Amino acid sequence: MSADPAKVPVAASGASVKASRLGLRTVALGYLFLLLLLPVAMIFYRTFEHGLEPVWKAMTEPNAVHAFWLSIELVAIAVPLNTVFGIGIALLLERGSFRGRWALGLVVDLPFAISPVVVGLALVLVYGQAGWFGTWLSEHGIDVIFSVPGMVLATAFVSLPFVARETVPVLHELGTDSEEAAATLGANAWQTFWRVTLPAIRWGVVYGVVLTTARALGEFGAVSVVSGRIEGQTQQLPLYVQDRFENFDATGAYTAAVVLALLALATLLAMNLLTRRTRSRRAV
Amino acid sequence: MAIEVRDVTKRFGTFTALDDVCLRVGDGALTALLGPSGSGKSTLLRIIAGLETPDSGSVQIGEEEVTRAPARARGVGFVFQHYAPFKHMTVADNVAFGLKVRRRPKAEIHARVEELLALVRLDGLAERYPSQLSGGQQQRMALARALAPEPKVLLLDEPFGALDAQVRAELREWLRRLHEEIHVTTIFVTHDQEEAMEVAEQIVVMNAGRIEQAGAPRELYEAPRNEFVMSFVGPVNRLGDAFLRPHDIQILPGGDSSPGSTEALVRRVVHLGFEVRVELTLQDGRDVWAQVTRDTTQELEVEEGQILTVRLPAPRVFAA
Repeated sequence: MSADPAKVPVAASGASVKASRLGLRTVALGYLFLLLLLPVAMIFYRTFEHGLEPVWKAMTEPNAVHAFWLSIELVAIAVPLNTVFGIGIALLLERGSFRGRWALGLVVDLPFAISPVVVGLALVLVYGQAGWFGTWLSEHGIDVIFSVPGMVLATAFVSLPFVARETVPVLHELGTDSEEAAATLGANAWQTFWRVTLPAIRWGVVYGVVLTTARALGEFGAVSVVSGRIEGQTQQLPLYVQDRFENFDATGAYTAAVVLALLALATLLAMNLLTRRTRSRRAV
Repeated sequence: MAIEVRDVTKRFGTFTALDDVCLRVGDGALTALLGPSGSGKSTLLRIIAGLETPDSGSVQIGEEEVTRAPARARGVGFVFQHYAPFKHMTVADNVAFGLKVRRRPKAEIHARVEELLALVRLDGLAERYPSQLSGGQQQRMALARALAPEPKVLLLDEPFGALDAQVRAELREWLRRLHEEIHVTTIFVTHDQEEAMEVAEQIVVMNAGRIEQAGAPRELYEAPRNEFVMSFVGPVNRLGDAFLRPHDIQILPGGDSSPGSTEALVRRVVHLGFEVRVELTLQDGRDVWAQVTRDTTQELEVEEGQILTVRLPAPRVFAA
C-alpha cells in the first residue's frame, strides 16, 4: 500500500467506477440473456433435441407447408401496400400543409395503441356476416372474415405505422432545399420524388420495411380473431405454432417457431447486407 | 432576360413579408438584394423563382408573365445558402440533373457537364460525392448545376453565407468574373453590404418588406434616400437627427481653428491595419468615431487622452 494519502481516495473512486461499470454490464447482459437469448436458444435446442428426422417430418407436414406459404403471401401483400401508403402518409405529414395534420398523425399511430385482438374484433364488426359491408360482400361471393382477405386486412392494419414513422424523421432532416433545387432545375413532382426524395430517405424506408415485415410475420392476435384458424386454410405460421402447441405436438410447434425465427433473421440480415454494400459503394 | 416584379405582396400568417413591392432588373444585370434578416429579400427571390406564390401582384421574366407558372417552367437557376446538393449523386450527376430530366442526348449532357465543371474549376472531381467536397467546392458545384440547363436568370440566396471569410472573398470575386463571362441576368441576396457593394452593379436595399432604395453602389453610398439606407450601406455616426460618415470627420493639426472645427477628447485609438478608428468625445459631450489612415495618426501623433481639433462635415438630415 502506498503511504501517500492523496492517492488513496483516487484509487478508491477508480475502483468503484470500474465496479459500477461492471455491474451495469452484468445487469444489461443478464437482462438480455434471460429475456431474449435463453428462450430463443431453448426453442432451437428443443427443436433439434431428437435429431433432424422429426424436424424434417414436421416441416414437410402439408399443414405446415401451407402455413409457411400463407405467411409469405400475407407478407408479400401487406408489406408493399404499407410501404407505398407509409411513404405517402409520411410525405403528407412532413410536407403537407392542411388542417388536421396532427389528427392524421394520431390515426397512423392507432395500430400501436390498440390491442391486436381489438383490431380483429373491429374488422369482424365491419366485414363479418352481420357487419356493414359483410352482407353486401357475401352477396357478391366474397368472404373476408374466416378467409385470407380478412387476414391480409388484419396484417396490414397492425403493421401500418412502421414505414411512415421511420420515414417522417428522415424527411424532416432532409429538408425541402434539395426538392426545391430539383424543381428549379426543371424536374416535375414525379421526377423529384424518384430521383431526389426517395434516394435520400431510402434508409428510413428500408428500416421501416424490415420492421413491417417482422411485425407482419409475427402477427397473431388480430389474425387469430378474423381467420377462424381453419387448419390448412387460414393458419399462417404463428397460428400454426399455437395450434400444434395446443395439440401437444411439441416438435411441430418448435419446428414452425424456428422457421418463423429464421425468416425474421433472414430479413434483418438482408437489410444489413444491402445497407453495407450500398454504403461502401457510395460514400454517403 | 429582364425581370419585372409588380405590386407583389406576400403574407405568412400575420407577418407581412413583402408589402406592395415593385422591382425592375435589366437584361444581363448583376443585382444584389440587400437587407437585414426578415426584410423580405429571400421571399422576393423565391417568388421570382416560383418557390413561393405571391398573394397579389405579378412577376414577368423577359416577355413572359410567369406569376402562376411552376418553378420548373420558369427557366431559372437557383442557388441555395446551404448548397442543397443531391448527396446520393456524384458531382457530375448533380450537374447533369437538369439536363437528364429534360431527356437531352447523353453525348450532349456529357459535353455540357465537362464544360461546366471546367468553368467552376471542379474538373477532376466529377466522380466525387458532395460529402467529399469543401463548402466552397459544393457551392461551385451547385452553381454549375444551376447553370447547366442554360437558365434565363440566375438567382442566388445568400450564396456565400455559410462559408468562411477567405473562401467567401474568393467566391465573390469569382462570381463577378463569371458574370462578365456568361452575362446571364443575376440576382443575389445578401445581408452583407460589403459583399453587395463589391459584387453587384445595382443594389436594392430592402427593409421590413419594402424596397427602400435601388441604385448603383456609389449612388446609394453618396446619396442615400433615408436614414435606413445611410446606416445600412456604410458606417455612420449619429448626432441627434443628423448622420455623418466616420471618414468625413477630419482630424486637424494642432492650432488650426478654421471655421467648423471643434475640440475633442481622444477616448480610444483602435488600429485595424491601414485603417485606424479614433473614438472621440466632442466638446458638447457627444461621442463619435472617426475613420482615418495610419499615416494621419502617425503624422499628428494621435494618442488616447489627448485633446485635439476636428472638423465635422455638414451632417445629413433626413425628413422623418
